[in-house]
Amino acid sequence: MLKTMLRRAGKFAAIAAAGLVMSAQAAEPIKIGSFLSVTGPASFLGDPELKTLEMYVEKINESGGVLGRPLELIHYDDVGNASSARNFASRLIRSDRVDIIVGGSTTGATMAAVPLVEQAKIPFISLAGAVVITTPVKEWVFKTPQSDRMAAERILSDMKERGITKIGLISGTDGFGASGRTQTLEVAKELGVEILADVTYSGSDTDMTAQLTNIRNTQGVEGVLNFGFGQGPAIVTRNYAQLGIKLPFYQSHGVASDGFLDLAGASAEGLRLPASPLLVPDSLPEDDPQKEVVQSYKAEYEARWNAKVSTFGAYAYDGLMLAVKAIEAAGSTEPEAVRKALENIQGHVGVTGEFNMSPEDHNGLKADSFRILEVQNGAWKLIN
Amino acid sequence: MFSEFLQYLFTGITIGATYALIALGFTLIYNASHVINFAQGEFLMIGGMATVSLMAMGVPMLLAIILAVVLAGVLGILLQRFAIAPAKQADVVTLIIITIGASIFIRGLAQLVWGKEYHVMPNFSSDEPIRIFGAVLNSQSLWVLGIGAILVVGLVLFFTRTLIGKAILATSMNKEAARLVGIRTQLVLMLAFMVSALLGSVAGVVVAPITFTSYDIGIMLGLKGFVAAAIGGLGSGVGAVVGGLLLGVVEAMAAGYISSDYKDAVAFSMILVVLFFMPRGLFGAKVVERV
Amino acid sequence: MVNRFMQSRLRDLVFLAIILFALPAFLSNPFHYDLATQMAIIAATVVGLNLLVGFAGQISLGHAGFFGLGAYFSGIMTGSYGWSSIPALLVGAVLVGIIAWIVGRPILRLKGHYLSMATLAVGFIIAIIINNETWLTGGPDGMPVPSLDIFGWELSPFGSYSLFGMELDGNQAWYLFAALVLLVAVWFAQNLIDSPIGRALRSVHGSEVAARVVGVNTASYKSLVFVISAIYASLMGGLYAHFQGFITPAVAAFDFSIVLITMVVLGGMGSTMGVILGAVVLKLLPQVLADFQELETVMFGLILMLTMIFMPKGLLPTIQMAVSKRMKKKAGGQA
Repeated sequence: MLKTMLRRAGKFAAIAAAGLVMSAQAAEPIKIGSFLSVTGPASFLGDPELKTLEMYVEKINESGGVLGRPLELIHYDDVGNASSARNFASRLIRSDRVDIIVGGSTTGATMAAVPLVEQAKIPFISLAGAVVITTPVKEWVFKTPQSDRMAAERILSDMKERGITKIGLISGTDGFGASGRTQTLEVAKELGVEILADVTYSGSDTDMTAQLTNIRNTQGVEGVLNFGFGQGPAIVTRNYAQLGIKLPFYQSHGVASDGFLDLAGASAEGLRLPASPLLVPDSLPEDDPQKEVVQSYKAEYEARWNAKVSTFGAYAYDGLMLAVKAIEAAGSTEPEAVRKALENIQGHVGVTGEFNMSPEDHNGLKADSFRILEVQNGAWKLIN
Repeated sequence: MFSEFLQYLFTGITIGATYALIALGFTLIYNASHVINFAQGEFLMIGGMATVSLMAMGVPMLLAIILAVVLAGVLGILLQRFAIAPAKQADVVTLIIITIGASIFIRGLAQLVWGKEYHVMPNFSSDEPIRIFGAVLNSQSLWVLGIGAILVVGLVLFFTRTLIGKAILATSMNKEAARLVGIRTQLVLMLAFMVSALLGSVAGVVVAPITFTSYDIGIMLGLKGFVAAAIGGLGSGVGAVVGGLLLGVVEAMAAGYISSDYKDAVAFSMILVVLFFMPRGLFGAKVVERV
Repeated sequence: MVNRFMQSRLRDLVFLAIILFALPAFLSNPFHYDLATQMAIIAATVVGLNLLVGFAGQISLGHAGFFGLGAYFSGIMTGSYGWSSIPALLVGAVLVGIIAWIVGRPILRLKGHYLSMATLAVGFIIAIIINNETWLTGGPDGMPVPSLDIFGWELSPFGSYSLFGMELDGNQAWYLFAALVLLVAVWFAQNLIDSPIGRALRSVHGSEVAARVVGVNTASYKSLVFVISAIYASLMGGLYAHFQGFITPAVAAFDFSIVLITMVVLGGMGSTMGVILGAVVLKLLPQVLADFQELETVMFGLILMLTMIFMPKGLLPTIQMAVSKRMKKKAGGQA
């Protein structure tokens, strides 16, 4: 009884306060919430993502904010743990009362937050890749990276073009590798590619020679694909070279960064992977619509942080820009209006690709937003 | 067929030698204090990371390695002096939690100082792999095995030929009696931490060219070292070496022949099998409890 | 310590109940309820673990494995096979209990850290299976779990309820439920401590040989308490899964096992109220430290280390000792 009364009094006070605030809303910041894996095993995702968000929120505020209101970034580090991610999402939604969430470095973190987001009806732009995030479509959930399924499609079709139809697959047992493996197996069936060997390694393994020996000794293998992220694929690449395997070698977009080239060194020579054009900004043709945005993001990031730009930071860039665009189009931070606006974004050119959202597609990217790159003389070379 | 087997064996022995060195570190501290030192993996990380960062500053490799190992040794002493010694009244379990706190702290510092990226350390000698009967051996593997063997022999001599070594051994057998014959047990404990830090950091340095190195490399390798020590029978030096090599080889064979998904599960099942059938571990001593 | 604790067990239970039901006055938004609910569930888990650590002198480095197995069993049976929550929780608990029995029985005959090694291995094996069997568990990216139903009555953090004329939202209802669960967990643990089994267990902790001499079958008592603590973990894991609505293999991971055992030692081994405090502190710390960003890990490690160095008996026993010392001094001064 007392509780109900208190609650009602609270509600009344809140309404009164809201009325007062209305007039002062011009200065009220727009709250952008984020939970990212800034430390822990997925820190190579979360770290550049946070740096990107911090930097561009600053930049946007310097140039007057959005709708005349400054942006306020509230961010937490989920250390790559899905339970922490869920708790921080809960804090962002319920305690910090953010207007939109741009975050979720890994698929596990994203999916753990989804039930809260759907219930609270807050627009959520995820920075994680797996196809389950937006397929089936969830009303309030969007994502900026291409899905792993697109990566598998892109890789396997490139293989087929080179006449490779029987392959060995080696993948990580982490979320990225496992989801990539599942998608590769499905896409392979559709494209008529045979997977003759299918082995895995765990994220903390320090030597994958045994698994690669297994693939090498499988009769008929014409090419090898490694789906994984972190340092694992770099070790795979070095072991691959040490074992003297001469078959064409593919990596996934999970290692699309210059850091990977530093780790793998000369062993990476000749391998191919699908990536956003961020790694080869200068080899894009002049008429490529992405050229300008890619070049400026790379230049700005590297100038600000004195560190190499990575594909993953670009996911956060695109996420933030989509959020800003949607809020501008909606003319307010009213969640449903922002959600609708996000869903209707067409032809938005980002670093990752061109986004064409729709009620049926909350990712909005096509497989061809991935470019196939090859390592030549220790540097990325655009193949197509 | 044979070349395949040989390949798995090479892989297993190399990583197994690393596990063995870490397991020896666990064993030393366990014998001196009955503490399972969960910061053991961090010594390994310090070895690799300090070497890499010193080399990046232009310090020659050999000097960088020596400095890194010394740094780890100092850290071992600090850990004992400032974290373990002040809490000497505490339960063993409390001491174990202190080492967990220490490992998180050291890892956090390393992340602040050195960042979160993985780093490359060049091979000590040629990058060209060696081919034997169709199997391939990374030249760095020879370094891992050679230095591992030297350390093990050195340890044996240390414990059987030097007064300090004998003092450590005596303390591990009976703390009270050791104190009565005039051994300063706190000093012995400090030495045990230092020596095991040295072992760990050397392991970290020699294996870094194979595994890369980063602020968090110590977590899993440290744990595997503990598993190796458990298989060998916690407290037994021979057990630590055999347990380490066995763990490495079983992992590699399991990945090659059985299932790469479950190779870690096979390694952990080994602990259970050993505990069920050889309850004191492969080489664990029979302990009589005093009433 | 244990004796004094026993005399005051009813007082502790009442004290805990008062805190739990007064707490909502300080919880100002659903996030607070969310966190408090998790604290209660985790606290009940460590109350179970404390039975093993505090009264059998053994540590488990794989309790998250049991927690995770309970969580996934509940999640899979209710989500994929249409079971109701209660049977799923119970069958999961029996399953976990059997596993604990099989592992504990031969190993608990040995003196030393062998149980910690065996539990470490079992925990890892469970986590690896959960991670790899994607068809069943959703793999590393996790799986959704339906909300808790108690014989057809659904308890969801997103629902709304009324209790004795009070309007409650789902988070508040869940909090009250979890608080009740914690009270039952504590009550059961205290009864166990006070039972003949409990007395036997304490004798085991004192001196095993002595206990054996007076005819206490130490191994079977220790196995029993290990099984009970594993069942606690399994049941709480199941509830946790229903509450969270989504689980990943992290619930079964070694890291989480370490967190659980740390809660016990930090709060005060053997003190039921102490380990609850340990759970609250360790669950709260990441939220408090979140603002320190880059320094978060360093501070967490440092706080853990310093607390254990300067309060080796754990938070609550140290505080209690300090308080009683001061009270004695005062009494002495007055006389």
